[in-house]
Formats: sequence, structure tokens, C-alpha cells
Amino acid sequence: MKELILIIVTAALINNVVLNQFLGICSFLGVSSKMKASASLGVAVIFVITLASAVASLLYDFVLKPFNLDYLKTIVFILVIAALVQIVEMFIKKTSPGLYQALGIYLPLITTNCAVLGVALTNVQNEYTFIESVLAGFGTGVGYTIAIVLLAGIRGRLDEEAIPKPFRGAPIVFLCAALMSIAFMGFSGLS
Amino acid sequence: MNACKERLYNGIVKENPTFVLMLGMCPTLAVSTAAINGLGMGFSTLAVLVLSNLIISLLRKVIPDEVRLPAYIVIVASLVTVTELLIKAYLPSIYSALGLYIPLIVVNCIILGRAEAYANKAHPLPAVFDGIGMGLGFTIALTALGMIRELVGAGTLFGIQILPKSVEPIGIFVKAPGAFLVLGFMIAVLNFFNVKNRSSEMVTGCDGCCAACAKGPACGKEAEK
Repeated sequence: MKELILIIVTAALINNVVLNQFLGICSFLGVSSKMKASASLGVAVIFVITLASAVASLLYDFVLKPFNLDYLKTIVFILVIAALVQIVEMFIKKTSPGLYQALGIYLPLITTNCAVLGVALTNVQNEYTFIESVLAGFGTGVGYTIAIVLLAGIRGRLDEEAIPKPFRGAPIVFLCAALMSIAFMGFSGLS
Repeated sequence: MNACKERLYNGIVKENPTFVLMLGMCPTLAVSTAAINGLGMGFSTLAVLVLSNLIISLLRKVIPDEVRLPAYIVIVASLVTVTELLIKAYLPSIYSALGLYIPLIVVNCIILGRAEAYANKAHPLPAVFDGIGMGLGFTIALTALGMIRELVGAGTLFGIQILPKSVEPIGIFVKAPGAFLVLGFMIAVLNFFNVKNRSSEMVTGCDGCCAACAKGPACGKEAEK
């Protein structure tokens, strides 16, 4: 039990997916200008990463490994993730229009979010079991959400500040991310 | 021939994927801990980009429009797998340094972005030069970032000691925060020198995200409406 909790904490805080592993930077920078959009994207990412980790883990253990097709994992995982996102989108659209309104637009965006593929590949590399993979996926999604919501909050305040002209736009966001990353390094004491 | 030269200039300077288009940020930040890693990642991406542009350009009349994205992904993923196996076999030190980020070239937005924005409409030769230009632009950016971080963070350059031993290197520059810090300052310096003809507006939604190039209307911009 202790190890399982440690997996979640490691994935969410110590090895934060954005600030430490640099996965999903594109949407982290692109979407974080709006708080509401950031939170919705965060929830969608948690959902998709958890599901994708589960499916990728099952597929690797029962199909790729027994048939010695290890080298096909990149191709298989990216296709499975793309298909999965499409299916989830259609399913949510039919069953719960409210949720679709909130998440729908962000779901396709996630297909090419490298965090999803990254987690699936890391799980295989670490030889996680099914349950460990799902928890690692969930933890990673939570870590992503924490990071993007925090950055959105900071950027909301930046709008009113007098920033030197060359630093406006992307550079100041990178500097904020650098400071957040230093702060998150403090969590490494937890492990 | 002029079109080819124009493509090279476009990729390296005018639409530099890292500093101007801000694409492919994940590998840029992650592997630039040392100059040699940046160079390795840059050339791996260059190889995949040139071949994928060539194949997609040759197949542009064969692939039906509706399924073009899955088709591109399969082409790119196959090329990446081949590259990964080659690096693993011939350059094991680079392989262990780049690790996870080699398979992640698949989701590098530069590659799908060029396929969608240029290669699927162009003749094979300009498409190849577009790939070379973009790939070199990416390689230069990664190597420059890696050189600064390695010099300040470890006092070396391509593994050779440059700073005298008495100078204590600033370790944080080769750790995660250093990546954000150096890239932020580099873009700010570039902005400073040509503030006028560059939009210093932060790219939002579509322009900055990986899915943007591939997914068009499905991405963030639509969301803001």
C-alpha cells in the first residue's frame, strides 16, 4: 500500500511531468493564459492519461510482450491513444452532453500531448504492473493539473504588471515556469 | 533551385521552429543539458523530418484526405522506431542520454506540422529541403541552448573543460529550472534585437500547441469562442 501511495506522490509532485520531465509543455504554455480553460484541460488530461495507461499496460502485457513485439510499442501506443481519445469523445458526446461541453474541445488536443505517450512508455520501462501503471498515470495527470492551474494563476496577475518589452509574451512565462520548477525541486526531499 | 534555398533560409532563420514558431518545446527543454545531447537530438529529428517530408510528399496524391493524420502518424512512428533502433545500436551513449525522448519524436509537433503545412502540398525536392531547413534550425537552437547550459552549469563544452577549475559551476543550469530560465532569456534577447518585426505576443492555443498543426479547428482557439 505504501509503495502505491509513493507512486502517486512521485508522479504528481517529485517527478512533476511538466516542471521536471518537460512533457506536455506545448499545451502548458498555450492554454495557461486562461484559468477556466486550464482547469478543464487538466481534468481532461487526468481522465485520458489514466485510461491510456490502463489500456497500454494491458496491451503490452498480453499482446506485445508474449509475441516479442517490444519494438513496435511506440507505433502501437500512439495509435491506441489516438483511437482511445476518439472513442472517449464519441462516448461522452452521446452519454453526457454537459461533460462534453466542458471537456470535448480539449480531448482531441490531448492526442498529441507528449505526456500521454510519455507516461505509457515510462510505465513499460519501469516494468509497472497494471495497478501501478494506472496509479502512475493518475498521479501524472494530477501533477499536470497542479502545474497548469498554478501557472494560469500567475499569468492572470502578470497581465497587470509593467513587464520590460522584450520579456513580454513567451519569455516571462518561461521565467515563471523556471521559478515554479525550483519550488517543485523542494519536493524531491519526499522520496 | 531558388525554392530550395528559400526553404533552407525559411527553416533556419525566418520560421525557426524553436525561437519563432515555438514548436517542439518538450525535447528542446529536456535534452539540452549538454551541447552534445542537443546535437544528437537535433540530428535525430532532422533525419526523421527529412524522410517523413519526402515520403508524405511522394504519397500526397495517394493518401485520402480524411485519413491523412493517422497515415502521417504511422509513417512518422515507423521512421522514429527505425531511428531509435539505429541510435541504440551505433550510438549507445547518446541513446542512454536521450532515453525516453527518442520515441517521443513521434509527437514532436514540428514533424506533423511540416507534413500538414508544407509536405502534403509540395513536390518532393522542395519538401526535402524544407525538412533540412527546419531540422537544421531545430538543431542549431538545441545545440546553442545546450552549449550555454553546459558552459554555465558544468564549466565544459562538448565535454571539454573550458572554465578554470577554480570557478564553481552553477549547478541549477543543468537541472530542470535552468532549461526554462535560459530559453526564456534567449527568446527575450532575440526579441530585444528585432522587437519591431516580431510579434512578442504569446502564441495562444493553436499556435503554440502540438495538436494545433494537426488538428486545426479541434484545438484551443475554437475553445475560446
